[in-house]
Amino acid sequence: MHIVVCIKQVPDSAQIRVHPVTNTIMRQGVPAIINPYDLFALEEALRLKDKYGGTVTVITMGPPQAEAALRKALSFGADDAILITDRAFAGADTLATSFALASAIRQIQKNMPVDMVFTGKQTIDGDTAQVGPGVAKRLDMQLLTYVSKIVSVKAEASEIVVERRAEGGVQLLKTSLPCLVTVLEGNNQMRFASMPNMFRAARHPLKVWDKDAAGIEDITKIGLKGSPTVVSKVFAPTPKSERAEMIEVESGDPRDVAITVLSKMFTRFPVVEKEIAKRA
Amino acid sequence: MSEKFDVIVVGAGPSGNAAAYTMAKAGLNVLQLERGESAGSKNVQGAILYADALEKIIPDFRDDAPLERHIIEQRMWVLDDDSFVGTHYRSDAFNKEPFNRYTIIRAQFDKWFSGKVQEAGALVICETTVTDLLRDEGNRVVGVQVDRDGGSIYADVVILADGVNSLLAKKAEFHPELEPKNVALAVKEIHFLPQEVLQERFNIGEEEGVVIELFGKITQGMMGTGFLYTNKESIAVGVGCMLSDFKEQKTTPYALLEEMKNHPSIKPLLAGGEMKEYTAHLIPEGGYKAIPKIYGDGWMIVGDSGMFVNAVHREGSNLAMTTGRIAAETVIDLIKAGKPMSAANLEVYRSKLDDSFVMKDLKKYQEMPEIFHENRQFFTTYPELVNRSAHTMLHVDGVDKKTKEREIFSSFRQKRSLFGLMGDAYKLWRAFR
Repeated sequence: MHIVVCIKQVPDSAQIRVHPVTNTIMRQGVPAIINPYDLFALEEALRLKDKYGGTVTVITMGPPQAEAALRKALSFGADDAILITDRAFAGADTLATSFALASAIRQIQKNMPVDMVFTGKQTIDGDTAQVGPGVAKRLDMQLLTYVSKIVSVKAEASEIVVERRAEGGVQLLKTSLPCLVTVLEGNNQMRFASMPNMFRAARHPLKVWDKDAAGIEDITKIGLKGSPTVVSKVFAPTPKSERAEMIEVESGDPRDVAITVLSKMFTRFPVVEKEIAKRA
Repeated sequence: MSEKFDVIVVGAGPSGNAAAYTMAKAGLNVLQLERGESAGSKNVQGAILYADALEKIIPDFRDDAPLERHIIEQRMWVLDDDSFVGTHYRSDAFNKEPFNRYTIIRAQFDKWFSGKVQEAGALVICETTVTDLLRDEGNRVVGVQVDRDGGSIYADVVILADGVNSLLAKKAEFHPELEPKNVALAVKEIHFLPQEVLQERFNIGEEEGVVIELFGKITQGMMGTGFLYTNKESIAVGVGCMLSDFKEQKTTPYALLEEMKNHPSIKPLLAGGEMKEYTAHLIPEGGYKAIPKIYGDGWMIVGDSGMFVNAVHREGSNLAMTTGRIAAETVIDLIKAGKPMSAANLEVYRSKLDDSFVMKDLKKYQEMPEIFHENRQFFTTYPELVNRSAHTMLHVDGVDKKTKEREIFSSFRQKRSLFGLMGDAYKLWRAFR
């Protein structure tokens, strides 16, 4: 069984701030992390490997610094890692990204057939959830999105059963391999790497693929050229200027407190007063 | 199938990086372990980089190291509650390359340094905490145990560069628990300001920087000092006092810093800035007398873990790098000579340090911690007297200067008595000689 896990290195959104004047994202000093959903996907893949055996290959498309993300994935137990990096990929939107990833996965398939592709349900920097489905479509794979749990995989029967979180409940779905699974934050937690795996990750000869190695000939399909999405403007939501107000009440009598608070509220929101009066 | 290296360096701060780089460069098989997410993610410093120590390790570091500003002006302020008396030393000689001191941002600098260590050929593994030292039957250190499965790793020698609160050294009984009177607790904030505003405010050019050392009432009677450094587009401002004093006085470090920032002489320097970072760190300031044993069978201690900080001159990272380099050179020489890493052979490290500025400087100020611990007037009474004297002389009010001088002298005598004054002068001389 061969599982390819697509990961992305993203800025830790918990630490990102918007510049108060220019409205641009301030990336300086913001640590890069593996997209958290991708970690759930990787852990699911590693669990399947523990259970059924097989190979886990991680790939990422990104700048050379994304090597750190791949090495980390190797330390968790991935068998191989490929960094897909080329200046020609710069400025890619989800369409161009899924084209490049699908192309790279086809190259991987030439050496070893791929049974499953795992991705996170979305990245925390783009939040589109489009790349996984885009890759599935291009590779003509079955697509399972929002998967919270992989119940079983039967490689010989070419069959996978998963739990998918849907509106109003959980779906139990079965489909055939090869398939692409986008993984939700689930019940799993990324394992703690062993020391031998840390050594292996640090020494592993990383494969670095440019666009040619990734099997891409048509450069109008990648990078900025292959991206119909245009970011015309970035702006921060206007911060709420209203502040909490301290209400002074002269006596500590609960009745006085209630009257003061209610009268304040009614002056501020006459609709509330009207509505209450109507119901009374 | 445990791994075996020539040497394991624990920690990726200045001392650990200096040691690992020097040894890897010499062709040794080096493993460096760091508990932080990356080199520098746990490190805190003011931060001033003294070029000399790094130059001796990476001569061309200026080519690509992330440096903020080179220092062209040093201010020393002695503060009373709402004033200061100070000296400024500014020289164009500081503008001649190669520059001598720089402000740096440690997170960036340490990442750069670690990159150099890896380029030199050392294996650097982060997010891995060394929990114990491995020993053989003869109690010789033969490796380390880390907090991961399969975490026994072996080496001929282990260099402990794991910082001020070296739990490892404590556990190994190389030195006892740190005493509150031997460590300072420093807090620091980084305030961002547009580059042009900063340069105008401090009267400096694009690459130039200013250091302000603060001393006196700002530490509220505790033994300590404050500082303010200019980075490229931010100001680092902080204050540190002995941990024992914080404990006794029940002052919180952040409240102390908050008050310092509100001092009328400091507040305008920070005006309009946006605070972006808040850090705290322990600084080993016990001085020469608090230095533990720094070598033994199969191990050495470098950097903060060995108390190598010159609190008077605010030197620490340069001592760290120097001890790291000298420890590394000791190992290299022994390996070349085919000698074992026994305590007897590693003694060279200590004697080389004794001959270097590291031990000479620390020895020079060995009496200082105790003298200052016992004589708080240096942090309260004198700053106050000096400031009031300046005020008396400069305030024009029809009183003649002779009378003013008498007033000043008698204010000194009142506060400290003639005997006290002479005693203090002697103590100061002892502390600094």
